[in-house]
Amino acid sequence: MKNIIILGAGTSGTMMANHLTSKLPKNEWNITIIDQYKTHYYQPGFLFLPFDIYTTKQVKKNGKKFIPKHVNYIQEKIELINPEKNKVILEKGSVIDYDILIVATGTKIAPEETEGMNSSEWHKSIFDFYTYEGSKALRDKLREWEGGKMVIHITEMPIKCPVAPLEFAFLADSYFKQKGIRDKVDITFVTPLDGAFTKPKATKALHYLLEEKNIKEVTDFNIERVDYENNKIIDYASVEVNYDLLVTVPTNMGDDLIERSGMGDDLNYIPTNKTTLQTIGYENVFAIGDATNLPASKAGSVAHFEAEILTENILRYIEGKELKEEFDGHANCFIETGNGKALLIDFNYTHEPVEGTFPFPGVGPLSLLKESRMNHMGKMAFRWIYWNMLIKGIHIPFVSATMTEKGKHFEDVKQ
Amino acid sequence: MKKIISQTEIDVNEEGYLTDFTQWNKEIGQEIAKEQGIDMTSKNWEVIDYIHEKHNNEEPLSIRGIKKSGVINIKEFYNLFPGGPLKKATMIAGIPKPKSCI
Repeated sequence: MKNIIILGAGTSGTMMANHLTSKLPKNEWNITIIDQYKTHYYQPGFLFLPFDIYTTKQVKKNGKKFIPKHVNYIQEKIELINPEKNKVILEKGSVIDYDILIVATGTKIAPEETEGMNSSEWHKSIFDFYTYEGSKALRDKLREWEGGKMVIHITEMPIKCPVAPLEFAFLADSYFKQKGIRDKVDITFVTPLDGAFTKPKATKALHYLLEEKNIKEVTDFNIERVDYENNKIIDYASVEVNYDLLVTVPTNMGDDLIERSGMGDDLNYIPTNKTTLQTIGYENVFAIGDATNLPASKAGSVAHFEAEILTENILRYIEGKELKEEFDGHANCFIETGNGKALLIDFNYTHEPVEGTFPFPGVGPLSLLKESRMNHMGKMAFRWIYWNMLIKGIHIPFVSATMTEKGKHFEDVKQ
Repeated sequence: MKKIISQTEIDVNEEGYLTDFTQWNKEIGQEIAKEQGIDMTSKNWEVIDYIHEKHNNEEPLSIRGIKKSGVINIKEFYNLFPGGPLKKATMIAGIPKPKSCI
């Protein structure tokens, strides 16, 4: 028997376990998945939890439910990967050999990377919404908050789901309007990039949203520290932004395991071939999802498209065939704009999001880069799709792993 | 759109970033810097070399990367490229500005 090991039972790892169990002959291959945590979170739900749109129950389930029964599921912390010797070492000392390794250990927030962020004010006046704990603490805070200056802040790129902070700002506007206290809340969006929107087409099509919702922008802000005693963030050019409530996206980093194993870059992401998903340096080690250093968005949809291509490449690798250079950076994301509307964007490594229809060219029913109620319904329906199809590795009809250019308005677009 | 810089025609986007890196050379970088009001010293060029290296390896550029680069510290980086150092340095280097997905 041969061994294939998947590290991490999040979105990517769970999808790979489901794909591989139906593709690999059971009398030849053992599939093992390892993760120290029991709970599987619906991470897109962390955006809605603070606004009481989703309940805590809707965003978490027992991870075991989604691991196929023929897959060996180990719940233990991983101590080390030894890629030279094809071994994984667990916390309690057991050693597992592998023929093929898939690293799906994701990304996490690292507030300790910024001076003053992970301070005594953490989850009191400084919040994240990228963790279950942070999102829930923020919900409790917002329930009693009577207004003031809310600053929504991105520490540095890359981050998981790059549009989430913007969606948070839009939803916050709606939330305070509904509560009847919008006039008491000042919303400011602070980014290290040169705008809340950074691509020409999107900026042109969507900048009105910020004006319409009275969201202020502070751009090119590279944070040096949080002065948590005086409620302000300060950047390297000595620009200061005051806050009453800071909602920040801290630095995102790959798992410490990657650092311990000496396999990552500055941010603990694994150097990975961007079209085949094979890691650079180890031909029997593959990486998927947020754990890679791919110049694609860190998002569940990306992981979903990658999983289809990685499954095929693993089968090709086993058969000794050349790997397919197929992954194109395809991402497909709903963006909540508040008031029951959403946008949809579809893009890849080389094509920026443009207007058009999706998934059926010229028909829709979803519209790209335009606000609509239908898009919002799509986003709400996605939670069902996630739990029932996506992580089980069921192909989502009409949505291909590589991006289609049909039904899109690509004229005079240049990256 | 087209633009003439130091007697050479180059392709740039609406914001003035080169859309084809193969058209870049040091003279063009120098001219873009001048338009941005930046006087290029040998230290500035060292930073541009570092940015090119990151770009060739498809590694994302960040302030953190600059901090760890060993080429320069962040305060110096701000002094060398005043007013949005990453934005200006990438424009001079002839590569796309750091961006998000939309």
